[in-house]
Amino acid sequence: MSVKDRFTVVGTPRRRVDARAKVTGRTLFADDVQLPRMLFCKLLRSPHPHALIRSIETSRAEAIPGVHLVLTGKDIPGEFGILPVSQDEEPLCREKVRQVGDPVAAVIARNEWTAQEALESIDVDYEPLTTIADPQQALQTPEPRIHDYGEEGNIHKRVALNFGDVDEALERADHVFDDTFFYEGNTHLPLEQHASVAAVDPDGKLTLWSSTQTPHYVHRALSKVLQIPAAHIRVIACPNGGGFGGKSDIFNHEIVVAKAALLLDRPVKIALTREEVFYCHRGRHPALMRLRTGVTNDGKITGMHLQTLLDGGAYGSYGVASLFYSGALQTVTYHVPRYRFEGCRIFTNKPACGPKRGHGTVQPRFGQEIQLDRIAERLSIDPAELRLGIVEKPNAVTANHLRLGTIGLAECIRRVVEVSGWKDKYRKLPAGRGVGLACSSYLCGAGLPIYWNKMPHSGVQLKLDRGGGVTVFCGCAEIGQGSDDVLVGLVAEVLGIRPFDVRCVTGDTDLTPIDLGSYSSRVTLMMGNAAIQAAERARDLLATAVAAKLEVDGSRLVFADGRVFDSEDPDRGMSFQEAVVRAEEMHGTIGTVGSYRPPKSPARFKGGGVGPSPTYSYTAAVVEVEVDQATGWVSVPRVWVAHDIGRSLNPTLVRGQVDGGVYMGLGEALMEEQVFRRLPPKMSDALVHKFPSMLEYKSPTSLDMPEVFTELIEDPDPNGPFGAKEVGQGPLLPIMPAVANAVHDAVGVRIDEVPITPDKIRKALDDLERGGEGRYGPTQFPDIDYPDALQVAPPWEGGDGTAANDPDRKRAAKLDRPVGRRS
Amino acid sequence: MSEHDQPTTDAPELVHLTLTVNGEAVAVSFEPFKTLLEVLREDLHLTGTKHGCELGECGACAVLLDGRAVLACLVLGVDCEGREITTIEGLADHAELHPLQTAFADLGGSQCGYCTPGILLTAKALLDRTPRPTRAQIREALSGNLCRCTGYQQIFESIEAAIGPDDDERDDSEVPA
Repeated sequence: MSVKDRFTVVGTPRRRVDARAKVTGRTLFADDVQLPRMLFCKLLRSPHPHALIRSIETSRAEAIPGVHLVLTGKDIPGEFGILPVSQDEEPLCREKVRQVGDPVAAVIARNEWTAQEALESIDVDYEPLTTIADPQQALQTPEPRIHDYGEEGNIHKRVALNFGDVDEALERADHVFDDTFFYEGNTHLPLEQHASVAAVDPDGKLTLWSSTQTPHYVHRALSKVLQIPAAHIRVIACPNGGGFGGKSDIFNHEIVVAKAALLLDRPVKIALTREEVFYCHRGRHPALMRLRTGVTNDGKITGMHLQTLLDGGAYGSYGVASLFYSGALQTVTYHVPRYRFEGCRIFTNKPACGPKRGHGTVQPRFGQEIQLDRIAERLSIDPAELRLGIVEKPNAVTANHLRLGTIGLAECIRRVVEVSGWKDKYRKLPAGRGVGLACSSYLCGAGLPIYWNKMPHSGVQLKLDRGGGVTVFCGCAEIGQGSDDVLVGLVAEVLGIRPFDVRCVTGDTDLTPIDLGSYSSRVTLMMGNAAIQAAERARDLLATAVAAKLEVDGSRLVFADGRVFDSEDPDRGMSFQEAVVRAEEMHGTIGTVGSYRPPKSPARFKGGGVGPSPTYSYTAAVVEVEVDQATGWVSVPRVWVAHDIGRSLNPTLVRGQVDGGVYMGLGEALMEEQVFRRLPPKMSDALVHKFPSMLEYKSPTSLDMPEVFTELIEDPDPNGPFGAKEVGQGPLLPIMPAVANAVHDAVGVRIDEVPITPDKIRKALDDLERGGEGRYGPTQFPDIDYPDALQVAPPWEGGDGTAANDPDRKRAAKLDRPVGRRS
Repeated sequence: MSEHDQPTTDAPELVHLTLTVNGEAVAVSFEPFKTLLEVLREDLHLTGTKHGCELGECGACAVLLDGRAVLACLVLGVDCEGREITTIEGLADHAELHPLQTAFADLGGSQCGYCTPGILLTAKALLDRTPRPTRAQIREALSGNLCRCTGYQQIFESIEAAIGPDDDERDDSEVPA
């Protein structure tokens, strides 16, 4: 009911609302919580990758002065896991360990070093089992099973989805490209190591402070495992010192300190070491992929067949969702008339993989964008022109029944081509230098929640007081991305006040309405829409009162510059504070709520719950590389990125997310790898992490980071808050394939796996010099017994989003809970 | 575990000394094996100094010791008696932010904020010895401080802005007192 023809907060680069706390060191991270009488917890972790626990003897540890409590698995029975279908983790392992680092006992002591020393006095008798090191071994080694659930042997989950007759589409193509790619695993490496503090409140209720991206899911898991009502548990998500997906699971240490605090009635803290963070992992799944694509002579795709094999590690985690995501978004960038996806996730005795920035979609995007570069080369079409010719149309419904929103991809491509000087560089730079182009897309929030329910995905409450104060409450978790700033900025925009006039309370299950968490790039869109709704409701209450007082029509009122005034006579108005007073006089105490639930997806087949999103962001990138042909060393002097942001709410933060995505992408492209090795047989032959330390796990430093030139494409999407889309994950995706494509432009070799290290480039150059194709990468994809595919016709072939042969069709129609979606 | 492992019976004797932290002399008692990082965070409750590895790998715990940036996780507390320690809590002049802090806040130099204290102190040490560093010198100085959020670019820009000619005109008015 009010008019506003300009934004005053949205779109203006500005200091984020929590910046002062961060630059003064006063942001309270979980390990900064210090409470009177607090005790400290350390976990005894398995040195074996796979073993039965015969016995655990804790009496010597319990006798140590300063030790208050020793816990083992029998003290905290119960399973948990982030997805309802993967409740396969224990707070402390009872009968079996499945990876090096699995916790088997906990010591709670007066200080950390006493607890650490006491761990050495706990005797555990293990019976080692055969270690399953990788998917290939797992496929050949069904016994021993790492878990007694899953499909069979050590296969966790298989999926096959068929959207139209792909075989026929490939047969009628002028060319079929058949490529195999490998994407090595890597980890989030947040600077902050996970920490949690549990305390029992004076009234007996439990409070947990934790470095978590998903306080709501931690809340549910604590209630389930500890068997106490959720209403008696409060979870506070402290600001995370970086998350990137690595703090979106429920972790055993969170449950252990909660149990210990309840037993001792004293606060208990745990702060993980860096080595332990490597064992928590939940990072990028190592993925072997085979991609077959049919194209016409003029570069149109006729059909695509993708097969993936994911190394899931020791637990389910988000893995079922990760598996579906490894096939879900291949159709949202370019028009793919027919599509078949077959995927398989394997259990191995390594830290569990899960969601890392770009969750599951990063690996197949890497393959697809490299293959497009090959296609362009074969068809003698410029790679940018090839892509521009096949960009999917706005508001399309894809072959796999994803409804798209606005698509800024073509504009992204045109912009990076222009600002990078692509046409003067591609194929034209001197030997050893090259440019590569790649594109991508990402969700703006998972369309379905992790557990099936019809409630809002995000809720916001607003409290206005007669002093003019505004407080906004939301369960969202600030992980550095700036969600608090988005929340406050949107409320300030609607109410016409300054962001610093708004107080915000977030990530607290007692005080704030639920937001599902900082994952799947959902917060800006979902929380943002809820915030706008709450703020507009408050504005309307104020406007009614102001209109009555000023005797003008409410529709003429403007909220701006801390005032409410008549748009046709701006002098006629009152301060925002007075407007709240008038509203309180008329309506009583002023409080409003807003909530958001994503639109229903047209995908109604089993598994169709992973992939839908209110809209999708798009990105195009050009990377320039210099390759030393003697050593294979790659350096990256410049990167150009164009990102379809819909609308940029705070350009300072948006650019920071783009830069950060490019940075993390370059790490994945060139150096980062979570890899394992066998200890020498005389030690134990155990499969261990090759280097669980920040020094040896290489990540880019300030010396490695190129100049990044960022272009924002603003085409507001009707589903976004003021049109905004995500930016936290999307800009990472094109970087890895763009690097690979640039290496090819520079020295003529194809590196079909990451990280693209000097030794691989040298091997490919050697291959080229010997007259080979100059390629490094996997040559085979194993024969996997995928299930019969669900047959879902694409929309243009009459498909209605259901599967013709869904065995659970009736049940699915009724229950239809796609297992888990997520990033 | 082997049989000769004897349970710890006694806590080690504490050392008592006076440290000069952010210009203030503070008496503190702690176990002699504690690092400066642990003394600052656990015994002096100065939690602004962060930790990311405790092994000298990440730079999150950087503080100034007699004006030089050091990694607090690699310095023993007992070695710091009589030396000037500056932590993030001592960077601002009471309510007035240091120009580096203002620039980082305004220009996106801090995202999650976890590496920020260490980077700010490393940058201060750089500017104290090289008042007008080049971009290359800034890159070099920060090469021991990992940041996983920003990609460093807005950090470089923040430092350059802090030394820029507009320094004195920077408006800090949005910060509540």
